[in-house]
Amino acid sequence: MKRCTPTDAHAARPYARVLGRALPLVAIAAVAGLAGAQGAAQATDTTARLTVAVDTLWVLVTGALVFFMQAGFALVEAGFQSAKNAVNILMKNASDFMVASIAFWAFGFAFMFGNGTGLLGLHGWFLQGPDTSPLTGAAYHGIFASLSWTGVPLFAKFFFQLVFAGTAATIVSGAIGGRVKFPAYLIFSVVMTTFVYAIIGHWAWGGGWLSQMGFIDFAGSTVVHAVGGFAALAAAIVLGPRIGRYRNGKVNAMPGHNMTFAALGVFILWLGWFGFNPGSTMGIVGDPGLVARIFLTTNIAAAAAGVASMAVSWLRFGKPDFSMTMNGLLAGLVAITAPCAFVSPIGAVLIGLVAGVLVVAAIPMFDALGVDDPVGAVSVHGVCGVWGTMSVGLFGLPALGAAGLFAGGGIHSLLVQTLGTLSMSAAAFASVFVLWSILKATVGIRVGAHEEIGGLDVAEHGAEAYVPADALAEPVLVGVGD
Amino acid sequence: MKLITAIVRPERLTAVKEALFKAGVQGMTLQRVSGHGGQPAVHEQYRGSSYLVEFHDKVQLTIAVSNPFVGPTVDAIVRAARTGNVGDGKIFVQELEQVVRIRTGERDGEALTPVGTPGNAATPASDGAPGGAAGLAPV
Repeated sequence: MKRCTPTDAHAARPYARVLGRALPLVAIAAVAGLAGAQGAAQATDTTARLTVAVDTLWVLVTGALVFFMQAGFALVEAGFQSAKNAVNILMKNASDFMVASIAFWAFGFAFMFGNGTGLLGLHGWFLQGPDTSPLTGAAYHGIFASLSWTGVPLFAKFFFQLVFAGTAATIVSGAIGGRVKFPAYLIFSVVMTTFVYAIIGHWAWGGGWLSQMGFIDFAGSTVVHAVGGFAALAAAIVLGPRIGRYRNGKVNAMPGHNMTFAALGVFILWLGWFGFNPGSTMGIVGDPGLVARIFLTTNIAAAAAGVASMAVSWLRFGKPDFSMTMNGLLAGLVAITAPCAFVSPIGAVLIGLVAGVLVVAAIPMFDALGVDDPVGAVSVHGVCGVWGTMSVGLFGLPALGAAGLFAGGGIHSLLVQTLGTLSMSAAAFASVFVLWSILKATVGIRVGAHEEIGGLDVAEHGAEAYVPADALAEPVLVGVGD
Repeated sequence: MKLITAIVRPERLTAVKEALFKAGVQGMTLQRVSGHGGQPAVHEQYRGSSYLVEFHDKVQLTIAVSNPFVGPTVDAIVRAARTGNVGDGKIFVQELEQVVRIRTGERDGEALTPVGTPGNAATPASDGAPGGAAGLAPV
């Protein structure tokens, strides 16, 4: 994924340049002069194998960190909603990743990264087909040319991409919480990870038309977050607000039930982002300095956005607002996701500050527009995903592979970035809007008023997150399947 | 003076509160309670076993009022809490021997007059009879 060099548009290995890769050749060059032919060959072989091993370890460990973000999303979303809907939100978070794991393996990965047209990939269903990974560049022959820049085995590439697909799907679950029918959400998860995320992602990361224009999204401000955020917006609009959210033309606050969960969730997401962004190098041997830079820019942008949202909410609402500050931290992380590899720490601070202000403006705006988003997913992932992607065209440094306006790179990159993020966001919004409209007309998307008031936990799952008073007595068993 | 205990659906609490405020009753104490009445039990399941939840979540309001406020208070609760389905709750009205406002040591009618009410001006919306107003929580 991660197109870095606008000039390298059609190449299938944009990263090779930045990471100084071209795996066996580098190793040969490094050791050729040191020993005789026999020894050199052995040393070369050892170095090459070690390089692949270390890079693979890096990709898998950071992939596991990104997987852990599922736990963060589950806690944030559960904490920011009613206790009566906690089981439902946890079930949605678990099941969207279960579904994604199968759907993205079967079809999604092929649509996204398989060789194909500028619009979608057409090879590699069920990960089947020729592939010579971990060979890179010209040495690579296979059907996933768009990932041939990274020298790790195919299954490592797949796992790392899978956890990203799972993230995009799970963004939506919070925004539609408290009133959605579970079967509709399951169907949505399948379609999201099979088609919506995968095909739109192909445009930027799979060698599609946007990457050919020089569009850059390092770790997915748009590919993952804006796509997820605008999918969430479409779903929330079709679904309508929760009962009681708007009364007498006013926005009625519906506070979450557990701020401790929410805070823990945000910290887990923050930790997970140290996999999301630095892991998107998909290798560490070629350029450890770049990885370290991304750790720094990622963290400092989150911090700056948290400070900004805390300050703005303090000024605007009179007190430092906890849930707004948590959303602000996440907004900074979303925004720095696209530019993390291309900006200086100062650029990262500015990107974060803007994200923190944007999220405090966006959340009340969507509330006033009648979009009921219980967790702020549209503002955090949608709005700040767009901002972060555009910021590459402002703060990107030419020395790092991006031509930002403020670094003297001209306006071209900003225009391409804007076109890219807006077209992908619009595509996500439109396709998900149609999907939920179809679901509404067929299987139904919304529980009844009685079920909604009583909570989705009992209505949809026959279970409660917190022990009911009945637990004081012996349970009245009625038998399996009764 | 009477002690009014009302058990209502949690989702009707906002409407009940607004109706009581409108009737001039501002003092009340809330509790989350679970209760059993005519409402049918709910089936829940836990890892394949099905069981009955026979106690339903309710909200209990405890309100102390002077006699002229009893009728308006009960009426307000009934009006706001009723959905027409089994499980709407009950109201219990009991005699109340004594009320003391801890801050001032005032007793009975004076202790039931809301803070900030000039004299005994507060009157129930329905019959206009003079006398103490709604009680202050906690009872």
